[in-house]
Order: sequence, then structure tokens, then C-alpha cells
Amino acid sequence: MMHFEFDIEGGDFSKAGFASSQLKRILKQLVTDHKVVKKTVVALYEAEVNVVAHAYSGKVIIDIDTDKIQIKVNDKGPGIEDIEQAMEEGYSTASEQVREMGFGAGMGLANIKNNSDEFNITSEVGVGTQLEIIAYLEII
Amino acid sequence: MEQKIFHHALKIQKDRCIGCSHCMNICPTEAIRVKNGKADLFENRCIDCGECFRVCPVNAIIIEQDDFNKIFQYKHRIALLPAVLIGQFPEDIKTSQIYNVLIDLGFTDVYEAEHGVDILKNSMKAYADNHDQNKPLISSFCPAVIRLIQVKFPALVDHIIPQHPPLDIAAVYYKQKLVNQGVDESDIGIFYVTPCASKIAAIKSPVGDEISPINGVINMDFIYNKVYTSVKRGDYDKVQKLKAERLSPEGTVWSLTNGEADIMQGRCLAIDGVHNVMDFLEKVENEEIKDVDFLELRACDESCAGGVLTAQNRFLTVERLRKRADYIKSNYSDYNNKDILNYSEYLNSKITLGKIKPRSMMKLDENMAEAMKKMRRVKEILKCLPDVDCGACGAPNCQALAEDIVQERAVINHCIFIQRIFEKKGIIDWEESRKIMQEIWGEEKLNRKC
Ligand SMILES: Nc1ncnc2c1ncn2[C@@H]1O[C@H](COP(=O)(O)OP(=O)(O)O)[C@@H](O)[C@H]1O
Ligand SMILES: [Mg+2]
Repeated sequence: MMHFEFDIEGGDFSKAGFASSQLKRILKQLVTDHKVVKKTVVALYEAEVNVVAHAYSGKVIIDIDTDKIQIKVNDKGPGIEDIEQAMEEGYSTASEQVREMGFGAGMGLANIKNNSDEFNITSEVGVGTQLEIIAYLEII
Repeated sequence: MEQKIFHHALKIQKDRCIGCSHCMNICPTEAIRVKNGKADLFENRCIDCGECFRVCPVNAIIIEQDDFNKIFQYKHRIALLPAVLIGQFPEDIKTSQIYNVLIDLGFTDVYEAEHGVDILKNSMKAYADNHDQNKPLISSFCPAVIRLIQVKFPALVDHIIPQHPPLDIAAVYYKQKLVNQGVDESDIGIFYVTPCASKIAAIKSPVGDEISPINGVINMDFIYNKVYTSVKRGDYDKVQKLKAERLSPEGTVWSLTNGEADIMQGRCLAIDGVHNVMDFLEKVENEEIKDVDFLELRACDESCAGGVLTAQNRFLTVERLRKRADYIKSNYSDYNNKDILNYSEYLNSKITLGKIKPRSMMKLDENMAEAMKKMRRVKEILKCLPDVDCGACGAPNCQALAEDIVQERAVINHCIFIQRIFEKKGIIDWEESRKIMQEIWGEEKLNRKC
């Protein structure tokens, strides 16, 4: 098992994608199935952007084993009141400013779900949001 | 032993190499190390971009072309030229003069590779219309980029438009045209005048295991010198004008930056320079860049005008070819009804490339548990290494050395910082350190009088 942690700072759009780039480098050295690598990296990227765009700070915790990749993204932030609504494609509370920067199309959470084998989200308003993304690996 | 997958046109001449490590430091895929005072190549990582060739101060890296006399094995000897060859010369040198030099060298026919564009542009557009799910689609034009994607961005191979580049189409056309005239196919030799190494590699080992329609390759610098000296001598001041078909304006600028992006539909981007291409592909792979329909990616700055075998300043080449395209556009229309268009159906039936396979060279081990063990060791080793990326170990940076160590291609005391630490601890003495450096950098560098 391998363990990695990365911090994310809210509002720092220039660094959004750091954790997912690191994860990509790691997975490319470990995992044969490049499709799994890609979808996992895409899921983490969207999760990272959400912390940057909507929360104050966050932590990415990655555990890699030969049968699965488990990623947790926990943030301190406003939390999500209605998760079901937030998951809808196209739903976004992003400000005009954020949209102009190319973020906030309302596809993020749906994309994360589509790119993971297992996806869990919990959130407490005023405290923060927790995501869990799991990709299963075929054991060869 | 790594199985050899790619043919490489770039060759390091060990007797000329001075082990300066410039190539090691520039290589975008970290394919070069220094051993025994010479550059050493990991063949399967090399994408033939030619960056090493550009920086080599002693011309120790060569681009292996075919023996020119090979053309005489054929009764019909066709020189297939890229437009950038014409763009090497100032306007007072006429295309017909260039053609005449080639004929005098021994070719029987001269044809421009970018005539293939007139077939390809439509089939690329048609492919784009039917493949929405693989956006952004990536052009297959630059062979170095295809190889880069295969080894470093394997998840993106399905984005490449699997169609032959213009030069293949032009070659297939010319061959068929001669066959239709009753020429025996074995008597036809098509020789491409190449502006770069990657085109050679693509001809010698095509991506999809098929056989290239091109029989040989001549380096552009060789032809450039021949044309220049002959024309300067005035050999071709009153030559007969060869009857040649006119390249279309699109064909004229196709190999320049934006040549493809300008004609493809939707949101199209053109990116040149191998490091720029890599940065961009990282983002494409993360799906950070959305809603782009088409990517034209070229390994050389200013695309083929900046090919490593070009002789002239790339910006001047671009200016000339753009002017030329404008001139053709406003003065002629005969490029609309040239012969290659009569072969559309036949050429389209042969346009699809073989499967472009992912060939990731980054895995630490095929077995994931093993790979994880190795990664853990890399992490441990990196804690000892100095993080200065000095290259004194013969690897381009500390990370690369750590990976070489776990792959048993190097040992930790290749690092000069580790040597000092080990000397202090009494694990090795200075004479051993000197020997290690000598093994990496060669005898001469460690025995200079000073
Ligand atoms: N980490 C988070 N903290 C607080 N709110 C969030 C977080 N992630 C998502 N949201 C809310 O869910 C909405 C939808 O998210 P998403 O699908 O990623 O779209 P987008 O980020 O483009 O707005 C966001 O607009 C935001 O209101
Ligand atoms: Mg989002």
C-alpha cells in the first residue's frame, strides 16, 4: 500500500491541478491500464477545482493498493446544503468571475461520479465537504 | 533487455561524442544518459524529435539517411519534396531551377508531398464530423508527436486522427499513376526529402506495422547544398521549364504552424515546440481543457520550417511560403483540377492508418506490486539525493537517477554528493570516487592537466 497527501488552498486557481498532476505521475509509473489512470486523474482534478472554487482549504489523501485506488478529498468550507441538487449536471453556484476563468460549468460533481467506480459525498453546512473516490484495478 | 520497438533515425556517433551532456539535459523524454564519457540512448523512450541533434556542439548526433545511390536501383526515381524545401530558397530561385537540380542528380520525376493535402483535408474533416466522442482530435501529421503520445500520454492515442499524412498519400498516388501507365511497381522508387528525423523513423517503422509507400529518404540539408551550389554557379539560368503541377494554397502552408488548424472546423488550436506540446497534453489528459475540437501539434518550433534538417532561418521560410500561398490564391486556380483528385476514391480507400498502440515507457514494473516496491525505494533514495539536478551522475536529474538505481541501471554512489558523504563516513575513499566519476565521464575528463 502507498500513501500520499496533498494540501489544497481555497481561491488559488493557478495551483488547482497540482495534486492530480502528482497523482498522474505516480499512477503512470504503477498502473498498466491507462484508462483507469486517466479517469482517476480527471476525477481528482475536478474535486480539487471544487475545493479551490468553493471552499477555504482542503486535503487530498490517496491510498494506492494493487486492487484499488482510494482518494479522499476533505475540505473546510461552506459545505453543500442540497447534495442531490449539487450533483445535477449544469447546476452551479459559481460566481460570474469564476466562470470567466473557465471554471463553474456545473459538471464537476457529475464528472467525478462518472469517472469513479465508487463515489461518496458527505457535507455539513458551515463546516466542510468530504469526497471519496474509488477506482478498482483489475489484478493481472 | 528492453525489446526494441521503434526504429530511430537519430544515431549517436560514440567516437565523436565528447560527453558534454547537453543532449541529456534537453531530451524531453529523458532518454539519454552519459556513460564512459559518451551519450547513451534508451531507444524505446526516444521519439526522434531531434532536440539532441540541435544542441550537440560537435555534431556527434547524426540523422541516418539512405545511401543516395540507392535511387539508381529503380528505373523510375521520384523525388518527393516537402514545401519547406522550396521555402529554403529566396524568391529569385525558381521552383523549376530546384527541380532541374534534382533531375540532374538522377531523379526522373519530382513531386511535392503536400499535393496529398487536397485529398487529406476533406477526409480529416469527414472524420472529425463523425468522431465527436474523442474530442479534441489530434492531427497525425507530426510523427514525433505521435510517438510522444504513445510513450508519455497513452490514454490519448484514441484522439489521434488515424489517417496517413500528405506525404504518404502523395507517394501512393504517384506510384499508382505510374502503374496505370504500365510501369512495373518494382521499378518505382519514391524518395522523400526529409526536413527532420521523425519522418525518417515513421517511414522506416510506420506506426501501424504497415509497409511505407516510400522507398527511401534523403536528408534535406544534402539537397539544399546541391541546389544552392548549382544555382549559385549559374548552372540553371536558362533551364527548360519542367511541367509541374501547382501546389494548392492550403498545401503550401500545411506543414507550417496553423496549416491544419486554419482549415479544420470548430475550435482549433495549433501548438508547436515539443515542450509546449507536452505541457498542453498534460492538461488535455486531465480534461482541464474542454471544448476544443482539434489540435494541431508539431514537435518543432514553427513546425516543419524549423525542422532539424532545414538550413535557413525558420521565420524566413514561413514568410516565403505564406507569400507564395497568397500569390497562388490570387493568380491561379489550376490547382483545383489536378490529377491527384482523379484518384480520390482509390486514395481514400488507403487513407486509414494502422492501429496506433499505446506504448507507455514510464511504468516501473509490469507487475504492480513490484512497481510499488520500486516506487517506495525511489522515494527513499530521493531523500538522500541532493535535489540539485546537477547531472554529474550521468542522469538528467535526481529523480531520474533514483529511478535508474531501482531499475539497476545505476548505483547511488554515482551521485557526487553521496560520494562526499560516503568519504566522510569512510565507506569509500577519494580514489574510488574518482574511479566512479571516470566510469561516468570517461578517462580523459578526469585526467586533464590543470
Ligand atoms: N467542495 C465544495 N464545497 C462547497 N460547495 C461545493 C463543493 N463542491 C461543489 N459544491 C457546490 O456544488 C455545485 C456544483 O458543483 P460542480 O458540479 O463541481 O459544478 P461547479 O463547480 O462547476 O459549480 C457548486 O456550484 C457548489 O455550489
Ligand atoms: Mg466544479
